Formats: sequence, C-alpha cells, structure tokens
Amino acid sequence: MTTDSSALTQNTTSRATSAIELRAVTKRFLTPTGQPYTAILDVSLNVAPGEFCAVVGPTGCGKSTTLGLISGLDRPSSGEVQVMGEPVQGIDPCIGYVFQSDAVFPWKNVLSNVATGPLFRGQPKAEALQHAREWVARVGLTGFEDHYPHQLSGGMRKRVALAQTFINEPQILLMDEPFSALDVQTRTLMEDELLNLWSSLSASVVFVTHDLEEAISLADRVCVLTAGPGTVKGIYSIDLPRPRKVEEIRFEPRFVQLYQEIWEDLRNEVMISYERTKQRA
Amino acid sequence: MNVLSNELKATGPTPESAGVPAVTTARRRRIVIYSLRVLLLVVIIGGWEFGTRIGMIDKFFWGQPSGIWNQIVTWVMQGTAQGPLWEQIAVTLEETIGGFAIGVVLGVIFGVVLGRNQFLADILGPYIKAANSIPRVTLAPLFAIGLGLGIQSKIALAAVLVFFIVFFNAFQGVREVDRNLLANARILGASQWQLTTAVIIPSALTWIIASLHTSFSFALVGAVVGEFIGGLQGIGLVIQTAGATFNANGVFAAITILAVVALLSEALVTALEHRLLRWRPTTVSDVTI
Repeated sequence: MTTDSSALTQNTTSRATSAIELRAVTKRFLTPTGQPYTAILDVSLNVAPGEFCAVVGPTGCGKSTTLGLISGLDRPSSGEVQVMGEPVQGIDPCIGYVFQSDAVFPWKNVLSNVATGPLFRGQPKAEALQHAREWVARVGLTGFEDHYPHQLSGGMRKRVALAQTFINEPQILLMDEPFSALDVQTRTLMEDELLNLWSSLSASVVFVTHDLEEAISLADRVCVLTAGPGTVKGIYSIDLPRPRKVEEIRFEPRFVQLYQEIWEDLRNEVMISYERTKQRA
Repeated sequence: MNVLSNELKATGPTPESAGVPAVTTARRRRIVIYSLRVLLLVVIIGGWEFGTRIGMIDKFFWGQPSGIWNQIVTWVMQGTAQGPLWEQIAVTLEETIGGFAIGVVLGVIFGVVLGRNQFLADILGPYIKAANSIPRVTLAPLFAIGLGLGIQSKIALAAVLVFFIVFFNAFQGVREVDRNLLANARILGASQWQLTTAVIIPSALTWIIASLHTSFSFALVGAVVGEFIGGLQGIGLVIQTAGATFNANGVFAAITILAVVALLSEALVTALEHRLLRWRPTTVSDVTI
C-alpha cells in the first residue's frame, strides 16, 4: 500500500469534477502456476458525477478487474483509485455492484433478497421490508415476493439483483456484464429498465460489457480497452439524445456512425484476443 | 406385452408408453414396487422361520422370527433384565441425542471458524487429521474410566463420533461458498459477522445437513458401543446381556428396536432438512430410498 502525499493533496481539486478517478492504475495477479499476469496496465479514467460510462473490450482485457478495483474488493498493484474524491480503502457504502453471474442469495426469497442491503446497514426490519416491497414493485416483481430465486427466470433474477443494488441508493454503480446471460429480447427490456432506474437515481455508472451495441445505446461515454493487459485505447463521447429507447436507438443514423467508428478501434483488439485463445487451445 | 415389459423395466427414470397416461403408469409402478417389497420381506422372514422349523437353520445360534417377536412382547409386557423396555430405549436415546447435539454444535462452530480462518486452519490442520485417523470407538474405555458408567461417558463417545463428520462437512461447506455471493454481500454492506451468519452459514447448511444423516446413526453407534463397554442401562446393555446368555432372539429383538429408533430419527432429520432447505430446487435431493 503506497499513498504518496502528492496524490493526497490533489484530492481537494478533483472532488468536484470526478466521481471516479483511476490514475495510472496497474493490477498484476499471480496465476495458479506462479506466473505474474498483468490484467490492466496504466489505466487512467475519469467518470463525472451522474455520468454513464461503458467500458468495452475483448475477453480477458481486465474489464472486471477494473470494477473490482473501483469497488474496493481488490487493491491496485500500482497507481491510485479515487471514489468521490477519496482514495479507495475498503468497500465504500456509496457503491453498488451488479455482478455478471447470479449473486442473489438462493436461500432468501425475493423480498428478503432485496431487503438484504438495508438490513446489513442496520435499518430496522419492518422498515427495511417496507422499503424492499417498494423496490420489488419498481422492478415489476409484485406478486413474486415469496418466490425463491430458483423459481424465477433469468430476467426476473436480474431484476431482483437490480432492486437489491438500487435500494441502497448508490452514488456509484458498477455493472459487470449484468445482462450477458439473458436472451436478446429480455436483455433489451432490462436495458430500458436500467436507464429508467438510473435516470431517477442520477448515479455515476461504470458498465462493463463486450457488446458494443449495448455500450453505445446505454452510455454517455464509451471507453475501449485493448486486449490484455488492458490499457485505454480510446474514449468516445456518445452524443445521442436522452431519454433513449434501447430497441429503437439502434436504427438511428448517428448510432450506426458511432458504432462503425468505435468498432474500427475495437476490432483489432478482438482479433488479437481471438488469435491468442486459438494459440492456447 | 407392451404393458408388461413396461412394468418390468419400471426402474427406469420415466417409463413412457404409447396410449397409457403418465399418471396411470406411475401409479402402476408404485403398486408393483410396494408389492414386491412386501413379497421380499415375506420370503426372507418366512424362509428364515421355515428353515428353523424344519431344522435347516439352528435357532439356538441364529434365532427365529417368531421367537424374536415373542421376546419383544415379553420385554414390552414384563420388562428386560435391566428394567422396563421403554426405560432402556429412553436411556439410549438420551445418550444418542445428547451426543448428537454436542457433536453437531461443536462441529459446526469449529468448522465455520477454521473454514473462515486460513491461519488457524493451517496450524490445527495436521492435528485434526491425526485425531480423525484414530478409530474413535477405541476412546470408549477412556471415557468409561474418566466419566464413569453413567450416561456421560456414552454422550462423550457419541459426541466425538459426530463431531468429526459434522466438522469436516461444515469446513468444506464454508470453503465452497460462492465467491460472488461473498462479494455481493460485502458490497451490500455486510460486516464480517454478518458475512458469517447471513451468507456463510446458510450456504454451508446444505453440507452440514447432509452430514446430519450419517452423524445421527454414528451417535447411535457411540451410545450402544459405550453401553457395551460398560453401562448400567440402555439397549446396548440389553444386547450385551442377551449375547452373554446365548439368547440370539434377544440380540435380534434389540437390533430390531434400534432399527426402528434409527428409522424414526432419520425421518426427523429428513423433515428438518426439508424445512431448512426449502429454498432449494427439488431436483437436488430426489434420491430417496
């Protein structure tokens, strides 16, 4: 753990401008065979308060690693991560995290799953359940309060996960390919749902995905990472108007134009990553 | 022919046959299974009884079903050499349940603590493995010396037998907790204590409960073996007395009583399992005999 004093003094200046700031962040792991592996290298990224930032990149480019560092679940090997102007030390209560795989608790029914956060944070039980009931309704699961996760479809479980995260009213929302396991129709619905929830919450979002279409239709900015070790290859502003309808926006000329532009950048990285997996196989 | 062959291969997962509704097929299969079960029992018990009647099996050494039944009736009506039958059952049950409860509680506590704490697990690991490698019924004389011939020594033996089974399962269960669930709970604001009580224990419960089935029968073994080694009351002592007086029917009668007790308690554990694990999809535990 190295915190140099120059970084600390900069806190005060960056507070107003960035909700999330990564400064030259590198993360190395030891692989099971004992080899050091660099997941991300020298990544710098700023996310403004209330901004929706999508991070795209090929498989294994360290997208999830980046989220782990912002959330405080993991520590960087070098560089600095700041959230709301403070260096990340442990898990900040203002953070929400939606995981790629199912992370709802299988032994809790829908209502208790949604109430988990407030209960952990010390809210009285009756109050937490009341609050949870509202959120269950907001994600459209009224009537399913007593169901267990295995009785729900994948899309419904994702709704539970969203409610579970949003009930804590996070100022920073981290999403790790949250909809990748869903079928295309459900996915579009969930993306719209997410935009609705987000607009009422005005949180800063880092949304990791490998799907460029999803990234453009949701985000204010798209950040392209290179094939591992991940570094920032390019950052694109998405100037599509809001509110957006995910299922319609894909046909706008501007969307197509942005898609082509970013895809040019992304394609090379995807090819590199693909060649590598072929070699490994 | 078609129907007949379907009944014969009824052990398959889903016997489907053209024209026969699934419900009828399932019911017919159940009837066949139950009647074959009864038939099997009748053949074995009847064969045994018949064999002793014609003198092919020596009833002095191997007992006789009617004699076993008479022995049970005698015990129920007149009591055993050690006192009323229900008192013997009560003593053995008390030892079993006492040992079971202590073993389960300690096993879960140690399993969770060591599962959560790698440092502690590394220190204690070799000793636990060593202790586990000892055939634990050999501790029975030690407990009899230290704790006397009363129920304490039997409870101790049963508890030791149960402890290791539950401990290893709880430990493994804690180690297998889904990392995503842990990360999610931490993000949602769980403290270390909440992580243990609200995520790790519920998630390890599948493992722990699975171990309860085996460990209850081990508790029974502990109690009965403890009574063999030296006891004042209990079914184990009844068996031992019967054995010492060459009363084969008495041994079988006591075994039958133990079997009934074990089956009843097994049913209780299963009920507990269904209660605690009702969040699970039913497919997981559909292997029942």
